[in-house]
Amino acid sequence: MAVLLIAEHNNKELRPFTLNAATAASQIDADVHAVIIGQNSETAAKKLSELPLIKKVINIEAPHYENFTAENFAPAIVKLAENYSHIVCSANTFGKNLMPRIAAHLDTSQVSDIIKVISPDTFLRPIYAGNAFATVKTNDAKKCITIRPTSFEPCESSGGTATIEKGEAGEEFSNTKFIKREEIKSDRPELGTARIVVSGGRGMQSGDNFKLITEVADKLGAAIGASRAAVDAGYISNDHQVGQTGKVVVPDLYIAIGISGAIQHLAGMKESKVIVAINKDGEAPIFSVADYGLEADLFEALPQFMAELNKLNTIQK
Amino acid sequence: MKILVAVKRVIDYNVQIRIKEDGSGVVTDNVKMSTNPPDDNAIEEAVKIKEAGKATEIVAITVGEVKAQETVRKALAVGADKGIHVKTEGALEPLAISKIIQKIVEKEKPDLVFMGKQAIDDDCNQTGQMLSALLNWPQATFASKIEIKDTSLEVTREIDEGLETIEINTPAIVTCDLRLNEPRYASLPNIMKAKKKPIEEINVSDLGIDITPRIEQLKVEEPPKRKAGIKVANVAELVQKLKNEAKVI
Repeated sequence: MAVLLIAEHNNKELRPFTLNAATAASQIDADVHAVIIGQNSETAAKKLSELPLIKKVINIEAPHYENFTAENFAPAIVKLAENYSHIVCSANTFGKNLMPRIAAHLDTSQVSDIIKVISPDTFLRPIYAGNAFATVKTNDAKKCITIRPTSFEPCESSGGTATIEKGEAGEEFSNTKFIKREEIKSDRPELGTARIVVSGGRGMQSGDNFKLITEVADKLGAAIGASRAAVDAGYISNDHQVGQTGKVVVPDLYIAIGISGAIQHLAGMKESKVIVAINKDGEAPIFSVADYGLEADLFEALPQFMAELNKLNTIQK
Repeated sequence: MKILVAVKRVIDYNVQIRIKEDGSGVVTDNVKMSTNPPDDNAIEEAVKIKEAGKATEIVAITVGEVKAQETVRKALAVGADKGIHVKTEGALEPLAISKIIQKIVEKEKPDLVFMGKQAIDDDCNQTGQMLSALLNWPQATFASKIEIKDTSLEVTREIDEGLETIEINTPAIVTCDLRLNEPRYASLPNIMKAKKKPIEEINVSDLGIDITPRIEQLKVEEPPKRKAGIKVANVAELVQKLKNEAKVI
């Protein structure tokens, strides 16, 4: 049986992680269908049909699908489920909110946040914030899987010509009402998906001093992170927190400044491709995961770092 | 209004976990355990709502082995009125937990069920959503702000794009984000008082539900180790390495 991918979109465009989820779905079975639920979402449905990995698109529309409410989405997907062996979605806030609701309706034990497809019923997934990897085999007939998008490459986004079928809308769930969505408008990339993250810890000594981090982040087009210690000390708001109880990030470059490297912080960043640590304590645990460690006073090193960056002719964005 | 809060006992977030040599799981014997951090936020929020006069009773529930009761005791010490411990052995999947809590909800008839958005051991992030599906109740996941109204709540949710606000009618499920509040510590007198508060013990076998695992954990292993890095002498060398060797800037 085919795999059903749940597309994430904003009614106009596909959200980028849909492409990563499509790759994961295709590793389970080559026969991937995708469902896109929304309102006035034809343009996004068209784009979905152009992914060469997708064999068929099902587009379900109704006014109550405009805001992606899980209580409305889940029954519509459950209705399609009989034709599929697997239902797959990204493990971001969209998929995390939605998939367990589908799984419970199907009486299926969901496998969350996989980082590798080993076989159609066996997957690798991080537990304890990535401090251990578990290989799990699901024995449910119908499998509900969420995938960690950063562990799968995005698929090709053009050249495909899948058919688009209209699906049947379900009833509206009247006890949940969408009020508003405030998207954070920032020139800075999102912490969870940024190519570069510059993070500060307790060594920053004050919230004011975080402006040193902001400068470097601006220069590199980076997101700003922080350790729990810096958040608890009130230097920065906790939406910047990287770690087991904050966000798990896997950027190409992670720069840890004045962060000692508590276990719970390392759990949130040690899968980054390149890690830089700047800390005046040469024994700090952060150095054990750093590709490049600089033992220095950050208040001297950061201005020098800016000066060196300013000397470069080009900086990758 | 009555609030049921679900709490889970997990390895403390500051402990470096160790993997069993036979790859069968993670060592939990003689390891410091505590309440799952966002579950502390769930309890705190319930207590604040009660302090504001908008809730009359808080019931804390946990599902697990004998020692799991410590988390209920802690919830009682910060302000829950009574506890429920559903006694089980062995690992349970979120689907089974949500079926157990569903039974308790049917009996206790709370107006709200709060819990953390995710447990920091299995990182599943499923139980709240599954419970709301089973009950056909509205769900507000990743809550960072809750405003109580007469027969509804306005909840601000942390989503990848920013913030989303929804209004849900009670009864409802809310899963709590770390940003929701700052959990308090239990004072010594309150810890003593909590020892006198009732905890109802229920054997899971008496609930008449199938909790057989559907997922086999074949192996638990260490993630790949990072290769050892180098120390650089100064900032100029660092920038040069990032530019020319790692090619990341």
